[in-house]
Amino acid sequence: MKMKRSLILWVPLGAYVIFLAIASLGLNRDQQTVIQSRMIGKAVPPLEMPAASSSKPTLSTRDLANGKPRLLNIFASWCVPCIAEAPVLMQLAQQGVPIDGVAIRDARADVDQFLTRHGNPYERIGLDARSTLQFYMGSSGVPETFVVDGKGIIRYQHIGVIGPQDVDTILQKLREAGA
Amino acid sequence: MMRLLTALLMALSVAMLAPQSASAQSALPPAPYANRQLDDPALEAKASALMHTIRCLTCQSQSIADSDASMASDMRSEIRERIAAGEDPEAIRAWLIERYGDWISYKPTNDPILWPLWAAPVLLISGGGWLAYSRMRRRKGAKA
Repeated sequence: MKMKRSLILWVPLGAYVIFLAIASLGLNRDQQTVIQSRMIGKAVPPLEMPAASSSKPTLSTRDLANGKPRLLNIFASWCVPCIAEAPVLMQLAQQGVPIDGVAIRDARADVDQFLTRHGNPYERIGLDARSTLQFYMGSSGVPETFVVDGKGIIRYQHIGVIGPQDVDTILQKLREAGA
Repeated sequence: MMRLLTALLMALSVAMLAPQSASAQSALPPAPYANRQLDDPALEAKASALMHTIRCLTCQSQSIADSDASMASDMRSEIRERIAAGEDPEAIRAWLIERYGDWISYKPTNDPILWPLWAAPVLLISGGGWLAYSRMRRRKGAKA
């Protein structure tokens, strides 16, 4: 009986150690979750934006519903990964894929410099100075790319850099959207 | 045993000290109401209560009220302006959930998957009560 008692006294400490072990394992887990937009299948919300660059016209999201599927690329001159995807976007644009851009929290001079340095695959570029379009579209970071069909409906969201390995998927999604 | 415990505690503190990944931030100044309270304290209280229960998309373990990420600043400003315009905090929450899913809100829902969680306190308290009650009754019985 006495033996059993003293064993029971260890139980809370044991439980605490198990808790600590689980907690410290959890700390090493990758905690960043990819948050997919819930707006896929819904229309791009109407939003007027000022022009983000000196060389390209601005983008009103109303103009997206012009009958032809296109890419809506969310980027920024301060976004380092955006540099990595710039050549892939250039390649897509050269293949005839229409791409519109939205620069997040950016300044015109910086966007101009970014486009001069890394190429300009965009037909139109809007400036989203306060991440408003991102909130409307359920976008959670930069860069992100949306496939928008000819009616202005969001068909697909690509989160992060578009690498050469993603080109096929993007083209496929554009075809599914009616390209 | 003691040594194991010390090792565990040390591992814990080292993991907590690990630097957060620094993500690129915009050079633009923060949005007007990102770091400025609303003039009306009642509205600010409403906004603040909401902001403390909306998860930051960039620093995912923080609320937007606690985060310095530029997207969190923009969201704070958006929320304060909407509340100043008379929007209901729960309507703003619903608007965000519609776009980002339940994940963006820290406020627990009535989703069936959470029912065990809601039931747990009731079960534990009634279990404990029953245990105490039967013990006391046994003790009384022994005395008599």
